[in-house]
Amino acid sequence: MKTKHFFLGVTMSMVMSLVLVNAEAAQPPLKEVKAAKGKVSGANVFNRLLKKDKQRNAPPPEDGIHDAANDGTHVLQPPKIAYDGLPTTEFGNYVDWVKALQDGLLRPRYDRFDPTVEPLVMDLDIVREVKASMPDVVFPHKPHTQWLHCSNCHPKIFIPQRNANVINMSAILLGTKCGVCHGKVSFPITTKSCTKCHSKPKPADWKPPKSEASLKNPWR
Amino acid sequence: MYKSALIGLLSMLAVVMLPQDAQAEYADVVINNYADAAGMRPAVFPHWYHRIRFRCKVCHADLGFKFKAGGNKITMAKIIDGKFCGACHNGEISWSVENCGMCHSGVPGTPTQIHGSTVQRLVAPTYKSLDKKAK
Ligand code: HEC
Ligand code: HEC
Ligand code: HEC
Ligand code: HEC
Ligand code: HEC
Ligand code: HEC
Repeated sequence: MKTKHFFLGVTMSMVMSLVLVNAEAAQPPLKEVKAAKGKVSGANVFNRLLKKDKQRNAPPPEDGIHDAANDGTHVLQPPKIAYDGLPTTEFGNYVDWVKALQDGLLRPRYDRFDPTVEPLVMDLDIVREVKASMPDVVFPHKPHTQWLHCSNCHPKIFIPQRNANVINMSAILLGTKCGVCHGKVSFPITTKSCTKCHSKPKPADWKPPKSEASLKNPWR
Repeated sequence: MYKSALIGLLSMLAVVMLPQDAQAEYADVVINNYADAAGMRPAVFPHWYHRIRFRCKVCHADLGFKFKAGGNKITMAKIIDGKFCGACHNGEISWSVENCGMCHSGVPGTPTQIHGSTVQRLVAPTYKSLDKKAK
């Protein structure tokens, strides 16, 4: 009986908010537009596709996926309180998890029960030359093995052998290879994070290779 | 009927007052394989909160959580059996399962997802690489 009311309520609210949203969309989007002589079509709004975080680290009741009508939601910790004093970044959780761990500001357990177990850390950097103009990629085992176990990556995601794996940006953006974690839980792929992975500068005399199609057909 | 109208009005208010698109913390996982169908709110798993206390290895190597939102087919029967969330939410390492509303805190109808992921934020689905070898 209760659930019936609940679902009815939710359905009603969905219909009503749809009506509201549509009403909003019908209004002219910007003030300056009103003042202008003609009328700019609603199809030509300034940012048609830009997605921006309006509020960083929103508390659970206001974050859009937690239900504010649930009592438990209000007991959950707002992330901002937990992040106080941690080094920051410009993406993801806006927390530099690697630095926070290295500075001893966090002490996450490596074992479910025993807080004294130390992780099995391996310090081995793998450099991956990038065909394009971006700086080469350095994959550091150290920060990874501080959080993860070898078996989290080897052999399911990466064959443990230098350059035995085909990796490229589209694979990463599709959520495979490095993208299994980066863009999901560990720092995401955004304009501001490229150089975290692309960290080894190209030699000063490096020039991007020319496309064969243009070399063969110099139509200009 | 008036009851549903009231709930409707309240949740409509909530929807209108809330920002239009969700902006939950990066890496929050909504798990809703079965919850909605059973009349429970979807479960929300906060990665940020847990990684402050445990390394990824504890859950993703020792406890066998697969790297896939919704991919572990978690149910309450498995949880009270000490598997998945139940390996810790057992009244010993963390608070126990009777605190339903702590986990089942999602907005009803939210699909299974990892929130704020790069894939989710792309303006259009990413193109396939020209490189045929890449998977
Ligand atoms: C986050 C994922 C990840 C984790 C965790 C990880 N590795 Fe790797 N490992 C890689 C990648 C990526 C490469 C490079 C593969 C390539 O270049 O194709 C690599 C390469 C290697 C290689 C080959 C090096 C060489 O010179 O050929 C070895 C050996 C290796 N890893 C061992 C380990 C061990 C031991 C651990 C645990 C202590 C570990 N890895 C943890 C991702 C990982
Ligand atoms: C299994 C999960 C996983 C995979 C796969 C993975 N990473 Fe990471 N990576 C992490 C985690 C966890 C961190 C810690 C920082 C964080 O969470 O943001 C990290 C950190 C890093 C850092 C250190 C950033 C710093 O602040 O020093 C670099 C660089 C990096 N990853 C590059 C890569 C590259 C390149 C690949 C693919 C070859 C890759 N990672 C694959 C999980 C992963
Ligand atoms: C998680 C680490 C990571 C991040 C973050 C990252 N890249 Fe990459 N990128 C790689 C790896 C690994 C390769 C493959 C290198 C190779 O060929 O072995 C690559 C390759 C590339 C290439 C060469 C073409 C290709 O697809 O192989 C370009 C261009 C590129 N990245 C651009 C970017 C830009 C722009 C950003 C920021 C929006 C970015 N990358 C962020 C890891 C990363
Ligand atoms: C530690 C977190 C946690 C707690 C506490 C918890 N659940 Fe769940 N529950 C989950 C997760 C995760 C799922 C899987 C959700 C899905 O896939 O839809 C789930 C699934 C369910 C399901 C649907 C699947 C099934 O097993 O039939 C029901 C019903 C449910 N929970 C009821 C409850 C009730 C009632 C309580 C309180 C007595 C409770 N849960 C407490 C995490 C929790
Ligand atoms: C307390 C346990 C726990 C810890 C610690 C933890 N995770 Fe998770 N992780 C989960 C759960 C639960 C899921 C969702 C699985 C499901 O829905 O079945 C998940 C899902 C994921 C996914 C899948 C996302 C997708 O593609 O759908 C990735 C990637 C991931 N975690 C990476 C990490 C990394 C990296 C760390 C360490 C920085 C970490 N996790 C720490 C429990 C944990
Ligand atoms: C490795 C152990 C472990 C696993 C596995 C685990 N948790 Fe937790 N969880 C904890 C601990 C410890 C706390 C902190 C309890 C406290 O503050 O008393 C916690 C707290 C939470 C909180 C409350 C966060 C807050 O803001 O206070 C939620 C929600 C939660 N867990 C959900 C889940 C769900 C859902 C799962 C399964 C998908 C899960 N947890 C699996 C250990 C775990």
